[in-house]
Amino acid sequence: MSLWEYANPVKFLALSARVQPFAWAAAAIGIFVGLAWGFFATPDDFRQGSTVKIIYIHVPAAWIAINAWIMMLVASLVWLVRRHHVSALAAKAAAPVGLVMTVIGLLTGAIWGQPMWGTWWAWDPRLTSFLILFLFYLGYIALWEAVEDPDTAADLTSVLCLVGSVFALLSRYAVLFWSQGLHQGASLSLDKEENISNVFWLPLVVSIGGFTLLFLALVLYRTGTEIALRRTRALGVRLDRHT
Amino acid sequence: MIALLVRDLRLAFRAGGGFGLGLAFFLILVVLVPFSIGPQSALLASIAPGILWLGALLACLLSLDRLLALDFEDGTLDVLATAPLPLEAALAVKGLAHWITTGLPLVLAAPVLGVLLNLPAQGFGWLVVSLVLGTPALSMIGTFGAALTVGIKRGGLLMSLLVLPLYVPTLIFGAEAARRGAVGMAVETPLLLLAGISLGAIALLPFAAAAALRMTIR
Repeated sequence: MSLWEYANPVKFLALSARVQPFAWAAAAIGIFVGLAWGFFATPDDFRQGSTVKIIYIHVPAAWIAINAWIMMLVASLVWLVRRHHVSALAAKAAAPVGLVMTVIGLLTGAIWGQPMWGTWWAWDPRLTSFLILFLFYLGYIALWEAVEDPDTAADLTSVLCLVGSVFALLSRYAVLFWSQGLHQGASLSLDKEENISNVFWLPLVVSIGGFTLLFLALVLYRTGTEIALRRTRALGVRLDRHT
Repeated sequence: MIALLVRDLRLAFRAGGGFGLGLAFFLILVVLVPFSIGPQSALLASIAPGILWLGALLACLLSLDRLLALDFEDGTLDVLATAPLPLEAALAVKGLAHWITTGLPLVLAAPVLGVLLNLPAQGFGWLVVSLVLGTPALSMIGTFGAALTVGIKRGGLLMSLLVLPLYVPTLIFGAEAARRGAVGMAVETPLLLLAGISLGAIALLPFAAAAALRMTIR
């Protein structure tokens, strides 16, 4: 029993069909509990007041936005090395989800920034990096759309994803050099004991878990759709050949 | 390799090769800037390094779709792909040819256009140095972008969308070095980082570009 068995679309779809109901349900519960807990059961921040509550959407969206790209990078590498179609299609399926999460992160950040910093937008390193990430998502999706042959499209987007990751990382440190920050430090990190108080931290983690499961469910669902699309395409080609 | 370089240069310099188009674009862009923001010389002086860098970058971008598209159409790339010379080397040479025909003229023209934008006298040297160090990265990244989109019909706009985000680090360090030079600050850090990006791009991107090209023309 190895992970690579699920490179077979039939096995992947069977597993995906079994996992998906649980993923959707758990995502709904996680997001509902996380948001409800965060919105109604936590105190207001002593400086930021109730505006702090947008953090329960803002941070999970940003978390998914970054990790969706990392997942696409891994899937692209698997496609380039092992040529599993499911992997390439999963990368394709994840991109729009990541794009939407990036937009949600930017929008909620703007809505939060308006009362706190007095501005919708500032050229802060974190904000700028996210805007650049948004552009990378756009380019990646546009390249998928532009290439007709699906395997070539998978190849080219994979190479773009690899090179883009290096340049996205470079840009991240370049903008740090270029501008001083307004954004607070990381909300979660492994090396620090406590960034934010436990009262806020627990619902935030629940919410992040819910968003992650939502991402998983969406990617499974969309990958299934892509596989179905690929099959109808193959059927169409076969029909054309016979008639 | 040298034969390929000479061929590319000769094609570019001959009539219809498009040599000078990038330069003309650079000139027009810089001339349009005062029209759009007003002729106050203090304002122009403060934004001159950034505008010159942005102009050079866009002029570079403009000439990219000629880099591989013509060779793709007439089959030269197929010959290059099957030639004993590795495709990586061929693409590195093509990037070099692009730099000589586009990047180098832009570097030489930048000080003249700096006069138009009232660039402070101490800034000229650092502007040229930053462009010399940065434009090879622009050419190499552009070669990668061209290789990625060469098989796509009407891929020019798509290539801009793909290449411009990749230009971000180069632009940040290049424009920062030129800006610091113009106001008399220490320029060493951004210049070294810029040189690092250029060297990294020259070392690694030919491989990525060749991989992308093989996927298109296999």
